[in-house]
Amino acid sequence: MNKIILIIKREYLTRVRKKTFIVMTILGPLLMAAIVIVPIYMATRGNELKTVAVIDQTGIFFGKFKDTDNIKFHYLSSDIGSAKSNFRKSGEYALLFIPRTEVSIPSNAIIYADGNVAMHITSYIRNVMTKQVEDMKLEAKLKDIQSDKSNPINVEDILRSVKTVIDVNTIKITDEGKEEKSYTEISMVLGMFAGILIYFFIFMFGAQVMRGVIEEKTNRIIEVIISSVKPFQLMMGKIIGVGMVGLTQFLLWVVLTFGIVTIVTSTFNVHGTGKNPAQQTILANAAKYNPDNIPFPDSASVKKTQNEGVNEVFEAINSVNFPVMIGAFVFFFLFGYLMYGALFAAIGGAVDSESDTQQFMLPITMPLILSIVMMQYFIQDPTGQVSFWFSVFPLTAPVAMMIRIPFGVPYWQVALSMSLLVLTFLGTTWMAAKIYRTGILMYGKKVNYRELWKWLRY
Amino acid sequence: MELFSALNISKQFSGHKALEKVNISIPEGSIFGLLGPNGAGKTTFIRIINQIIAPDEGQLFFNGRELRPNDIFNIGYLPEERGLYKKMSVGEQAMYLAQLKGLSKQEAHKRLVFWFDKFDMRSWWNKKVEELSKGMQQKVQFLITIIHEPKLLIFDEPFSGFDPINASMLKDEIIAQKDKGATVIFSTHNMASVEELCDDIALINNAKVVLDGPVRNIKKTYKTNTFEISFNNFQGALESILPPAFQIIREWKDHDLRMAGIKIPADAIPNQLISTLLPNVILHSFTELVPSMNDIFIKVVTEKNSETILQA
Repeated sequence: MNKIILIIKREYLTRVRKKTFIVMTILGPLLMAAIVIVPIYMATRGNELKTVAVIDQTGIFFGKFKDTDNIKFHYLSSDIGSAKSNFRKSGEYALLFIPRTEVSIPSNAIIYADGNVAMHITSYIRNVMTKQVEDMKLEAKLKDIQSDKSNPINVEDILRSVKTVIDVNTIKITDEGKEEKSYTEISMVLGMFAGILIYFFIFMFGAQVMRGVIEEKTNRIIEVIISSVKPFQLMMGKIIGVGMVGLTQFLLWVVLTFGIVTIVTSTFNVHGTGKNPAQQTILANAAKYNPDNIPFPDSASVKKTQNEGVNEVFEAINSVNFPVMIGAFVFFFLFGYLMYGALFAAIGGAVDSESDTQQFMLPITMPLILSIVMMQYFIQDPTGQVSFWFSVFPLTAPVAMMIRIPFGVPYWQVALSMSLLVLTFLGTTWMAAKIYRTGILMYGKKVNYRELWKWLRY
Repeated sequence: MELFSALNISKQFSGHKALEKVNISIPEGSIFGLLGPNGAGKTTFIRIINQIIAPDEGQLFFNGRELRPNDIFNIGYLPEERGLYKKMSVGEQAMYLAQLKGLSKQEAHKRLVFWFDKFDMRSWWNKKVEELSKGMQQKVQFLITIIHEPKLLIFDEPFSGFDPINASMLKDEIIAQKDKGATVIFSTHNMASVEELCDDIALINNAKVVLDGPVRNIKKTYKTNTFEISFNNFQGALESILPPAFQIIREWKDHDLRMAGIKIPADAIPNQLISTLLPNVILHSFTELVPSMNDIFIKVVTEKNSETILQA
C-alpha cells in the first residue's frame, strides 16, 4: 500500500511540475471564462436595429410591444401560414407568433427566425408578455376580491396566483422552408461543453497513462520497478496519479473560471432585479465594483434592453445546478477515465513505441468519438431511445450522460449508468492488468490481437 | 549453507518451455554464474527469483525457508534491459527507487549521500538523467541496485555496455559486495569474467541445467590431459620418440621453435612425457592445456544440442 502511494506521488508530482500543466491550467480558465463572458458581452452590444413581425391571435398584446432602440415591432394581420412563407422575403429579423389558446390566458409564443434569435430579443418579448399576462391576472383577481368581500385578502396568495411563466420557443426557418427547433438554451451549450470537456479529459489523460507506460518500457526502467512492486500496483499507481492530475486541473479550472467570470462581469453595469439568491449575490458583487450604482429609470429603454440581455444570461447560468453538474462531471470523468485509463495502460504495455499503438487505439477511441459524433442527436432528443442507450452503455456513457444531464435525466437512469460504468471499470482493469503484466516484459515483438487474447488467458 | 535454492522449477510460455525441472542452489557468500546461450531461460529464471513472474511448478527457498513476497527487500536486481526515467533528476529518482525497495525517506537519503560522495557523484544530484553520459547512468543504476544492502544481488549481463574502466570498477565493487557478505548471482556470456569471478556456476541450455557445480571441479572434470610443448634442436618426427599411447593432436612451427599439442593417456603423469622428451630435444616450454570455461561452454552446449537433434 505504501508503495502504491509512492508511485502515485511520483506520477502526480512529475506531471504537475511540468510547464505544459501550468500553461494549460492558466489557458483553460481563460478559454472557459471567454465562453461565459462573450455571450454577455454580445448581449450588451446588440445595437443593430432589428425588426420583428408580430402575429397576435389573442389580440391581448396589440400595441404592447414598444419599439426600443434596437428592436422595432410591427404587427401583421395576415395568417401565420402566409406570414411564414413570406418571411424570408420580408427581410425581417424574426416573426413572433402568439397562438390563440383554449383558455383565455396565453402562456406561450413562438419565434420564427433565420437562425438563432439574440437572447436579448427573446428576453424582451418574454418580459413584455409576462408583465402583460400578470397584469391581466392581477386585474381579474382584484375584480374577484372586490366582488366577493367575504374572504380576507392574502397578498402572498394573490402574488402567487398571478405569477406567470411564458414559454418562448424559437423555431428556425431553413432555406427549404423547413422548420427546425433551434436551441439557444443554456442546457445545450452546457451539455455540449461538458460532453466535449469530458471527452477531451479522458483522451488527454488516458493518452498520458499510455505514454507513461511506453516511456517506462522504452527507458527500460520497468523491470527495475517491478522487481520492487507488483505490475498491478505500478499500473494502478500510474492511472490514479495521472487521474489526480486531471482532477487537480479540472478543479483549478472551475475555481479560476468562477474567479475570472466574477471579476469580469462585475465590470458590467448589472443591477439586481431580484431573480434568485445566487443571482443576487453575483449582482451584489457586481454592484460593489460599479461606481455609478444608480437605479436606472424605466424609460431608459436602451439600458433596459442591454441589461435584460445580461440578466438573461445570468438567469440562464444561474438556472444551472452547478453542484450537480460538477458532481456528475467529477464522477463520470473519474470512472470514465479509470475505465479508459486501464485500457490505455494495456495498450502502452503491449507495444514498444507510440507508433505501434494505432491498431489498438482505434477500437478504444471509437466509442468516445462516436459519442461526440452523436452529440447533435442527444441534444435534439435528450430523452429518446438513442440518447438513453448511449448514456447507459459504459464506453459511451461518460460523454453521452454529461451531454444529457443539463436537460434533466431521471435518477434511475443516472444510477444505472453509474453502476454499469463502475462495473465496467473493474472489468477493464482486470483485463488490462493481465495484458499489461505480460506486455511490459516483451520487447521487439509485434503484438496482434491474437497475442493479446493469449495473454488474457495466461 | 545455501542462501537460495530452486527445486524442480518449471515454467512454460504458451507452448514453449522456458524452464524444465531446474534445480539450482546458490551457496551463501559466493559469486554464482548463471550461464547459457541466448534464449536458454536465464532471464526467466532471474525473473522468477525476483518474483516478477511465478513458476508453474517447483519450490523456491530463500535463507532456509520458502521464498516470500517480502524477500524482494533482500534482493537487489540489475536487469539486462536497464534504464532510468530520463526527465527526472538523479537524486529524486534514486530516492524514489530506494524507497520502493523499502527504505525510509531518511535512511534512503543518508545512504544515497554516502554513496554519491563515495563515487564522486554529488554534483549529479539535481541533474536530469538525460544530461548524464551512459557510463554515469550505469553508475547510478548500480548504486540503486545495492542501496538497500540486500543479501542477494542479481546482475543480468552486468558488463554489457560498460567501458573497460567502468567494467573493472564494477568488478571490484561486486567483489567488495561479496566480501561484505552478499551473495551474487550473475548471468553473462562473458566467460573470462566467469573464470575470474565465479565460485560456482550453472549452465542452462534449452530450459534445462546441463552443467553445474564449483568452477574448479568443472574444470577438473573437463581436463583432457593435453599439454602444449615448444622445443628445438630436433629434426626427426616427433612420433618416433613418443610412446605409442601418447597422441599428437597437432604440430606447428612458431619462428624457430617447433610446437605440438600432445595428449597423454588418463593413467599417465606429465613427468613421463617430460622424461621421454628431455634426452632428445631442447624443451622451451611445457604447459597443461586446461579447458577454458569458454571451451567447456561451447562443448557442452553443442553436445547437448546434437543430442537433441539425434533424439528428434
